[in-house]
Amino acid sequence: MVANGPMLRLLPRLDDDVAFYWTSGEDGVLRLLHCNACGFFIHPPGPVCPRCLSRDVAPEAVSGRGHVETFTVNHQQWIPGSDPYIIAWVSIDEQPDVRLTTNLIDVEPEDVRIGMPVRVVFEQAEDVWLPLFTPEGAS
Amino acid sequence: MSPPPVEEPLERRAVISGIGQSAVGRRLGRSDLDLTVEAALDAIADAGLSRDDIDGLSTYPGMGAGTPGFGGPPSPEVQDALGLSLNWHDGGGEGPGQMRAVMAAALAVAAGLARHVLVYRTVTEGTAQGAGGRQGIGGSGGGGGGVPRFGSFMQWSLPFGAVSAANWIAMVGQRRVHEFGLTREQLGQIAVNGRRNAALNPKAIYSDPLSLDDYLAARIITTPLCLFDCDAPCDGSTAVIVSHRDVADDLDHPAVQINALGTALRGRPSWDQFDDMTSMAARDAAASMWERTDLKPGDVDTAQLYDGFSVLTIVWLEALGFCGRGESGPFIEGGGAIARDGLLPLNTAGGQLSGGRLHGFGLIHEACVQLRGEGGERQVVRPGGRVPEVAAVANGGGPIAGTMLLTRGVR
Repeated sequence: MVANGPMLRLLPRLDDDVAFYWTSGEDGVLRLLHCNACGFFIHPPGPVCPRCLSRDVAPEAVSGRGHVETFTVNHQQWIPGSDPYIIAWVSIDEQPDVRLTTNLIDVEPEDVRIGMPVRVVFEQAEDVWLPLFTPEGAS
Repeated sequence: MSPPPVEEPLERRAVISGIGQSAVGRRLGRSDLDLTVEAALDAIADAGLSRDDIDGLSTYPGMGAGTPGFGGPPSPEVQDALGLSLNWHDGGGEGPGQMRAVMAAALAVAAGLARHVLVYRTVTEGTAQGAGGRQGIGGSGGGGGGVPRFGSFMQWSLPFGAVSAANWIAMVGQRRVHEFGLTREQLGQIAVNGRRNAALNPKAIYSDPLSLDDYLAARIITTPLCLFDCDAPCDGSTAVIVSHRDVADDLDHPAVQINALGTALRGRPSWDQFDDMTSMAARDAAASMWERTDLKPGDVDTAQLYDGFSVLTIVWLEALGFCGRGESGPFIEGGGAIARDGLLPLNTAGGQLSGGRLHGFGLIHEACVQLRGEGGERQVVRPGGRVPEVAAVANGGGPIAGTMLLTRGVR
């Protein structure tokens, strides 16, 4: 049985440009910065769309569905006291070239496959809602 | 998109005229400046120069960079310690890998801004990390102040315990398992080859024998990487003198010419957003290097490829065209092709896995040693008794990558 993540969550600062992202899960919805001019999702968030250079950008809800692109089972005690946990890069179904570094939860390493569909689950830590992912169809 | 072609790449006006290295050890307990001075004076003497000849200075990563023991002394400290009077100076951590400092020096020499540039890279990570090894995060030293919060690029990985480059590179490795069928038996040859070569390097950190079975039995750090896939923190300084090529005839050893630099970063500058998860910036840096030379991968007599983690080395093997994309596993399997007497002698001083994490510059130093025929017991001898004439050196991994092609003598 692996853990859902490290034993201590090192948290983001909630700077102005990223606060929407890290608090989006409060209502259970994942949001990414989106270009209103060309429809590109911009991640990490920035002040301009890197595709069309429009500055008309705003957070937009996504389905929270994605796929595992790759993963690793961490054993090293970077954060002392941690049990092994799974780190993954998950692509977002609306735009698969956007990948989130995340943890896979409620799944054992031997059941993880690159390419498997996953959906977002939020874990609240203080004032941050961390987007984690679990296999599609898991309860 | 490539830059417009030039008649002759200007980096060819530069040679590495001298090389130097301090003592290298797990924990030397000496200051970074002390080690740097030792390496610098060694390199200046090797080039047949005096202190007063040095009119340029460059380093990676410069002031205030990274974790304790990572950065080495800033260039102003080294300038002042050695009493240098400079026409050009530079230090910084952004650019095509650690060798960006050598690249900057070569371009400064080519532009006539300086004639002899001292370039150094110093680490004291062994001493800084102490007898207990690398410090964990959050476990001690809090002092009641709470755990700090993070911004910038680290905020995207730290909350998920993706704390180390080991984690990010492990994901590159796992993707290679998926796409190309890479096995641990194959990957282990990078560590085993390094250890075999380190046995012939008196400065190497680890030189006791390492078998593939030892490798396979080692503790896992982050799958698929085990302890021996990760380099060995150490103390040491490496220095080179980059000079105008017109000094080549004055040297008592072959000049090492910079034939071509590889500097491109055409994908996104990000670990998790780079388009190709199996190659990343090595792909671009290598492509841009071959665009600047008539030499081909088959001309390379030895490769000194970054092995901060073993996976990075196999990424470089493919990126530089020593084997096809996805074919590095079979290429290194059994270890014959990358051995000192193999098709492509690789990391002949033991690399960073066994030689010590001199952070890119140990590999540059070894390329020069081999091209000058000064490798002693570990000297590469090519078929027909030939001393290597062309060496490829690569630094960095993920979205950070630089490479250069070096030749024995001026072409």
